[in-house]
Formats: sequence, C-alpha cells, structure tokens
Amino acid sequence: MSAVWLWQTKLPPVDTREALRYAGVKESTPEMNELLQECIQLCQNILTPRVCYRFYPVTREDGLDLGFAKTDSMALKRNLAGCEEIVLFAATIGLEMDRLIARYAHLSPSKSVMLQAIGAERIESLCDAFENELIRQGHELGTRFSPGYGDLPLDLQRDIFAALDCPRQIGVSLNDSLLMSPSKSVSAIIGLNGETSERCVHNCALCTLPNCLYRR
Amino acid sequence: MNIREYMKDHIVYLDGGMGTLLQKQGMKPGEHPERWNLSHPEVITAIHRDYFDAGSNVVNTNTFGANSLKFEAEELERIIRAAVENAKAARDASSNPAPKFVALDIGPTGRMLKPYGDFDFEDAVSVFAQTVQIGAACGVDLIFIETMNDSYETKAALLAAKENSDLPVFVSNAYGSDGKLMTGANPAAMVAMLEGMRADAIGVNCSLGPDALAPVVREYLKYASVPVLLKPNAGLPQMRDGRTVYDVLPEDFAKQVHQLLSEGVRLAGGCCGTTPEYIRAVTAKEMLPVPIAEKAYSCVSSYSHAVFFGKEPVLIGERINPTGKKPFKEALRAHDIDYILREGLSQQEQGVHVLDVNVGLPEIDEVEMITTAVCELQAIINLPLQIDTADTAAMEAALRRYNGKAMVNSVNGKQESMDAVFPLVQKYGGFVVALTLDESGIPATADGRVAIAKRILAEAQKYGIQPKDLIFDPLAMTVSADPMAAQITLESVERIHRELGCCTSLGVSNVSFGLPQRDLINSTFFAMALQRGLDAAIMNPYSYDMMKTWHTFRALNGMDENFAAYIQFAQETPQVQQAAPVAAAGVQPEGKSALQHAIVKGLREQAAQLTAGLLNTMEPLAIVQEEVIPALNDVGVGFENKTVYLPQLLMSAEAAKAAFEQIKAAMPAGSKATRSTFVLATVKGDIHDIGKNIVKLLLENYGFNVVDLGKDVAPETVSETVVNLHAPMAGLSALMTTTVPAMEETIRLLHEKAPWCKVVVGGAVLTLEYADQIGADAYASDAMETVRFAENMEK
Repeated sequence: MSAVWLWQTKLPPVDTREALRYAGVKESTPEMNELLQECIQLCQNILTPRVCYRFYPVTREDGLDLGFAKTDSMALKRNLAGCEEIVLFAATIGLEMDRLIARYAHLSPSKSVMLQAIGAERIESLCDAFENELIRQGHELGTRFSPGYGDLPLDLQRDIFAALDCPRQIGVSLNDSLLMSPSKSVSAIIGLNGETSERCVHNCALCTLPNCLYRR
Repeated sequence: MNIREYMKDHIVYLDGGMGTLLQKQGMKPGEHPERWNLSHPEVITAIHRDYFDAGSNVVNTNTFGANSLKFEAEELERIIRAAVENAKAARDASSNPAPKFVALDIGPTGRMLKPYGDFDFEDAVSVFAQTVQIGAACGVDLIFIETMNDSYETKAALLAAKENSDLPVFVSNAYGSDGKLMTGANPAAMVAMLEGMRADAIGVNCSLGPDALAPVVREYLKYASVPVLLKPNAGLPQMRDGRTVYDVLPEDFAKQVHQLLSEGVRLAGGCCGTTPEYIRAVTAKEMLPVPIAEKAYSCVSSYSHAVFFGKEPVLIGERINPTGKKPFKEALRAHDIDYILREGLSQQEQGVHVLDVNVGLPEIDEVEMITTAVCELQAIINLPLQIDTADTAAMEAALRRYNGKAMVNSVNGKQESMDAVFPLVQKYGGFVVALTLDESGIPATADGRVAIAKRILAEAQKYGIQPKDLIFDPLAMTVSADPMAAQITLESVERIHRELGCCTSLGVSNVSFGLPQRDLINSTFFAMALQRGLDAAIMNPYSYDMMKTWHTFRALNGMDENFAAYIQFAQETPQVQQAAPVAAAGVQPEGKSALQHAIVKGLREQAAQLTAGLLNTMEPLAIVQEEVIPALNDVGVGFENKTVYLPQLLMSAEAAKAAFEQIKAAMPAGSKATRSTFVLATVKGDIHDIGKNIVKLLLENYGFNVVDLGKDVAPETVSETVVNLHAPMAGLSALMTTTVPAMEETIRLLHEKAPWCKVVVGGAVLTLEYADQIGADAYASDAMETVRFAENMEK
C-alpha cells in the first residue's frame, strides 16, 4: 500500500488562448486582451497550487477494482485498458481564487467572468504540470479521467476523498452535492502504462454534453 | 494535578503519531481508526502507554475523526468512551512518574464552511459540541483541537469546547509551507483570535518537520502571551524500498525541537511519522522552561491577517452606517446586501485598514441584518471588521459569526453598558472601543474623562480583559458649541496614552459640526490628535483632506519607507478638474452617438460622464429610450449572433449600468419606471452563482426589478418571496446534475403556491428537454435568452 503524496509547483504563465476560450471568446479583440491582462495581474501571487496523489493497482475480477473503489463504468474500463496501475490525484489552485471571483462579481461582472476563465485555465495547467512530473518520473500516462466523465458516476468522489484525505492534504472539501470547494479543483484517475497510452489531447472527446459552449 | 497548574512552570511533553502505528498493527486503508478503540482496545492502550513511558505528559485519545458526521450517535458515544478508557488505562499502567493527562482529541470535520463550502458555522459548532459533551462526561483532563487548516472551523471547535465544558483547551493549526492556513490566515491572525477566545495553549502541528515549521512557530512566540505548543511531522514522507519513511530521524528531530523549546516553546510532541522513539529522544534532554512574557500588542484580525494598533495610525472606514444616508437606509430596508458590499470594497480601495459595520435601523431585524452583513463582508473582503451596534443581541450574533478577532464598538462607563459588552468580549474576544462617558454624561474636563477610563479598565479587569484590548475614545465634541472642546479631547488623548498606556481612537468629524467646509477643520484636528498620540480614527476615507493628513503625517514621521505611499497618493491627487475632454455628444463612427459608442465598447467612466452631460439637454427617459437601450440591443443582438462574446456583453452592461446610475440620480424621487419583478436564485445545494449574477446584471439593464435571493436557496424561500411580491417570473440556476432535483422541487413548490408565476431555468447541465422534464415553463441557454423570455412575458 502506498501513501498519499503531496506535490507543489509554480505554474507556467497563463495560456491566454485557453483562458479566452473558457471565457467564451472565440476571436480576441484588443478590449478582450486588455481585460484578460488586467485580470491576470489580479491573480498574481494569490494562487496556492497543490496536488495530492496516490498509486493504486488495478484488477478486473468482477467489474473494475481501482484499489480504492470498484466501478462498472464502461468508459473508464476503455480508458484504463491494459493498465495495471493508476494514479489517483486531486489538485487545487486554492480558495483565494474563489474569493477574488466573488469580489469581482460585485465590482465588475466582466472581470468576474474573465477571472473564472483564468481559474479554469490555471487548474487545467496545474493538472498538465502534474502529468509532466509523472512523465519525468518515468511513467507512461493515459488520459486523465474524472468522475462525471462518460458513465463514471459522480458518487465516486466520496471514495476519492476518503482515499486521498483531500481536506487535510490540500484543503479541498467535498460538499453534499458532490461539488468541490475551492471550486477550482480537479480530481481524476490516470492509467499508467496501458494500451491507450497514445494520449487524447482534449478531454472534450470524452464528454457527453451535446451543446457545450466550450466544446472544441 | 491540574494541567493549567503544571504547565505554569514545566515544559509539557505531548505524544506523537497514531495513524502510522495503527497501520503497522494491521489497520486497513479505509478503516476508521476510531473504531479500533472498540475492536482493538489493547493495541490503542499499548500505543498510548508507550508514549507515556517515553515521557509524554499528555496523550491524545484516538478520536481525531470521532464526530457525528462520521458516526451515528450511539456508536459515537461508545467510541469516545472506549477511547478515553484506553488512554486512562495506559496512564494508570505507565511507569513514568511524571504527571500524566488525558486529552480529548478533536480533528477537523473535513467539510468547508459556508460561503465557499456548504457547511453552516452553527452546524459545525453543534458537531464539535457533541464530541466535547461526551468526552467531558468521560472525565478527560483537557481538550486538544488539532490539525485545523481553516480559521473559521477552528473557531467553531473552540467555541464548542468552551460552551460545553470548563476544561482547558489547547488549539493547534496546520500550516502550509507558505506559512498560512489553507484558507488564508497567518500566525498573527490566529494568535489574535485564539487568545481572544481564551485558548489555554496554542500552536502548530502536522504538515512539516520542526525546522521547516520554525518560521511559523517563531511568529507564535513573538505574538502569543499564552504557552505555545508544537507537534511537527517527522519531516516529509519518502519512498524507500517500497516503504514510506519520514526523512527526519529521532535524534535530528529532537535537536530541532530542543532549539525551539529553548526559544520559548512550552509544549512539544510529534505528529505524522513520529513514534515513541521520537518522543523519548525529545524528553531525554532536560530543558528548562523559558518564562512566557506578556506581549503588549493591541490588534484585531480577519480571516487573513492582523492589524496592529500603536505603531502607525489605523484608519477605520465609517461609511457602512445608515446615519444621515437615505440611499443606505433604503438599501437596508430592501435587504440590498450588495450595496453594503460595494461600500466595503470601495473603502478598501481608498486604503482603510478596518471597516466599521453599522446596519441598525429601528424598523429592521438588526440581529439578522448584521449577521448577514458580517458573513457577506468577510467572504470577499480581508479587512478586519468593527462591529458597531448598541443592540447586545446583534453584537453577540456578529461576534459569534465573525471569522477573527473583531473590533467592538462600543462600551462606555455606564455600568449597564459594561455589564452587557464585557461578557461578550470575554467569550468571543475583541478589541473594544471604550467611550469616556457614564451615567452622568460626558465630563467637561480631561480629568473627568481619564477617571472614567480608569473605571472602565478596572471593570474590564474583572472579566480578564487586558488594558491592551481596550481602545479609548475620549469623544470629539463640537467646537462650534464650545471653543475649548477640541482642546479637552486632545488633552484626554494624550493623558490616556501617557497615564494609562492605552490606545485611543476618535470619531473625528463630530468636531466640525455646524461649520462650513467641515473637512478643513476635521483634517487639521486629525493631525493635531495624531501628534498627541492618537492611534486610530473612525473616518470618511473619501475625504481627500483626511487622507492627505494621514499620508503626510506618516511621511513626516518616518513611517513611510521611501515615501512610497505618499508619492503614490500625491500622484493620484485630483488636479484642478479639467473640463471633460470627451468629444461631447458628437456623432461617432458607425452612426452611433458618443454614449452609444461608450456603451458598446464597455467604457464605464465615459458612459457615466457622457450621460451626466446629456442630462443637461435631454430628459432622463429619453436618454434611456434613445441612447442606452439601442446600444444595449446592438450588443445583445451581436451576442445572439455570436459576434459579441460574453465578457464584452458584460462590459457593455456595466457601462450601461453606470449610465443608469446617473439617470436614476437625476430622476425625481418616486418616479420609478421599473418593469416587472423577477425573482432570481441559485438552487439549494448549489454554490455557483456566476451565471446567475450575469442574468441579474442584464435583467437590471433592461429595467426589470430583480430580487436576487443569492445561492444555495431553499425552495421555500423562493416560493415565499414570489408569493409575497406576487412576482410574475422566477429564474432558477443549477450547475450540476446533483442539484437539479432541488431545482425540480423548487419548480413544483412554485407551481403549487404561486401558479401565476412562470419559471425559467438555466445552468451548465440543463437542456430544453431536461427543463421540460422537471416542469420548467421555459429554458434559457444564456443570459440574453433570459432577457428575451422576460420581455415576452410582458407582452
């Protein structure tokens, strides 16, 4: 059995195209760029990126046994084809981002929306950075897969939180409605050294929402 | 022997880790360690005993997660009983002759408190209270709250401990490597809050090894007047030969802990990765306790930081107060919390350090209002708050919910006032403004005011409230009524400072009552008072003259390094107002007027300025019809055609709002030409409100009377509001599939209680089909669609 590990890092600069995409801006204008840059400034020095993770063996006797929980999710089965090990992780950029977004909801809704988009970009960027760290450690990774993707039930969040002790490790709590606080947090499973190690670039391919604004 | 007595002149040794030892004994992942008290009492007792034998004076029961969220009441009671029995058995069996104590261990619930989580503060207090009650009944010697990484939850636990037992309480927080709690508090803020609430020992545990925690521990030693405790991890976990090991070994661990004991730490043990071996190494060396000095800091704190008084003058923003402000009174009556928040945010932008909060009006429920105001303010503003009310119940409600050590405004020399306020400060902590008046009024001399201050100090002492936790306001009186009034106040400031060693504060502006250009008098009086030692002022931060005095005083007294703050202030100083260089109302490209252009481009200030200009020549309603609405429609249609993006739409909406504010101010009172009422809410269980806020802004732009109930709103609240207002429309938002059932329930209730009301729904997971399924009258995929829905409803 492995322990829960903590990983902290400094994030790379904001990917402005991604941030604008999350803000629903398909083609940028000078006004949008200015708004984005102003909001990036507001986020300086307030993020506390933290990741906690744990390795588990995968077995497939009846259903899929992830080591911390069992599931019948077909989508996850496909995602983990050939994997004998997974990384379970949770990541957050911290509560201060929620406070900033809430503050600007009262001061300037346009900035609030842009900050929200930057927050989404930042947490995804943290997940990417964490995956790169795993690759650096010599693992071959599949595509990260979160509860709610495909037919993987959101209920799995309870097991994930029990396994990773997220409140204590990285300050992320699970609400009754299975939402996470702080809101800019991600929990996911990554298959190691599996058959599908050709990684899917965009998670949108996994998603079942038909007319999502953010679909690529 | 009582632990309070023992710790006075001894170093107290605590125990070490439990979890890793239980795993070694075969506890499976996912098992609740607390159940092992019942299933494996001999294992638990043996571990406790090893710690006592290794030299621990205090052993924590195996009850870290023993609370009613994890266990049913009956099992919870059995677990805690068994846990205490196990620790007592270990104590009785140990060969260690030193005094030994059993502490009821309390860890965090793992839930995030509102507003960023969904767990209510009072519910947290109740959960902790149950554990405390059971533990206290079992006869523990003290309560040990530990590993808390949120200040607010820490407060809930400490409050529960104090309200449900007379036992000593130790409080220990878990800091990140950035030296802060996960939710933002720094050590000074935690010391302020926990000392104020009378914790018996405070400190840090978990997270890191002793050396890595040293900077945080030193902050505690600097500020705390109570014993400081330390339970570090055995460094960081590492993988070695397929096993998890910690990187600080017992000898090094002990050396690092001894260093911090020699610097003043009074209670020491270990956390994750430590074993009896570590504790034995720590207790092997005889250490003498360093005496604890009473620290003279006067301060208040917020969820993030402490503000200190006595070094540099502190500015307390006075604007959250309805006295003499008609719009503020109207906002209170309409329960417009947004108004209060904006007032707080803009005072923060002006540079105040503390916000006074007064929301008292005879016709409103002040207890409810001040509780809401405090909770909402502390959600988005990191400034400490000053609770300003004459209503004791409101004061208690606000102090209870406040996430930190509040400033309390105020007490005075009347026995009745002291009898009401001091017990609250004794319980919740606080830095109290004490007015030098009593039953016979305000003394006309400085002698009289100093005498009252002394009496207040003596009375405070009875409650254990130290002089450093009082700040005297010797009352600025009106000079136009008595030319010597200012002199008496100034002399009182100086004498309270010199003779009593206490801080002083003034509500400066009273001095100029009845005179023209009051700011001129106020700011000079402020300067004079500062020179006599004034520590704080309750003031209007929008007053240029007052801010000028504050900045120049700091600059001239060597308080402003490199004059940085002064230079910035001076550069932002409004020069003599130039005539607005805007190309007035000329026609802009694309056949738009200047105002339309400003709205389309989202230029807030310009839109306001241009509107103000147009109001000289145009009727207010004509500006709305001919300028604002066409511009908004332009952008709205662009959004619908996907040529304008959401942030642009919002920038335009904000610019339009700025124009509307000018127009509203110019309209004769009572001529409200608003459209239908629209009740808006994010449904119960859902705490995401960005989408809802966008809808609100746009609906308001289009003239609808939006009643925003906020987020996580119960179905009953929505339906009651709709019924009371007979609102024709309601909008509901939900982000996740898990909260859609709450939406369905709200719709059902609305259709039952308010059949006239049409319900439109929106949110990330919703679709037209889904909306139909749950019985909604309409579905809107974005904010503009909601506006169109509302417009159609009116046709």
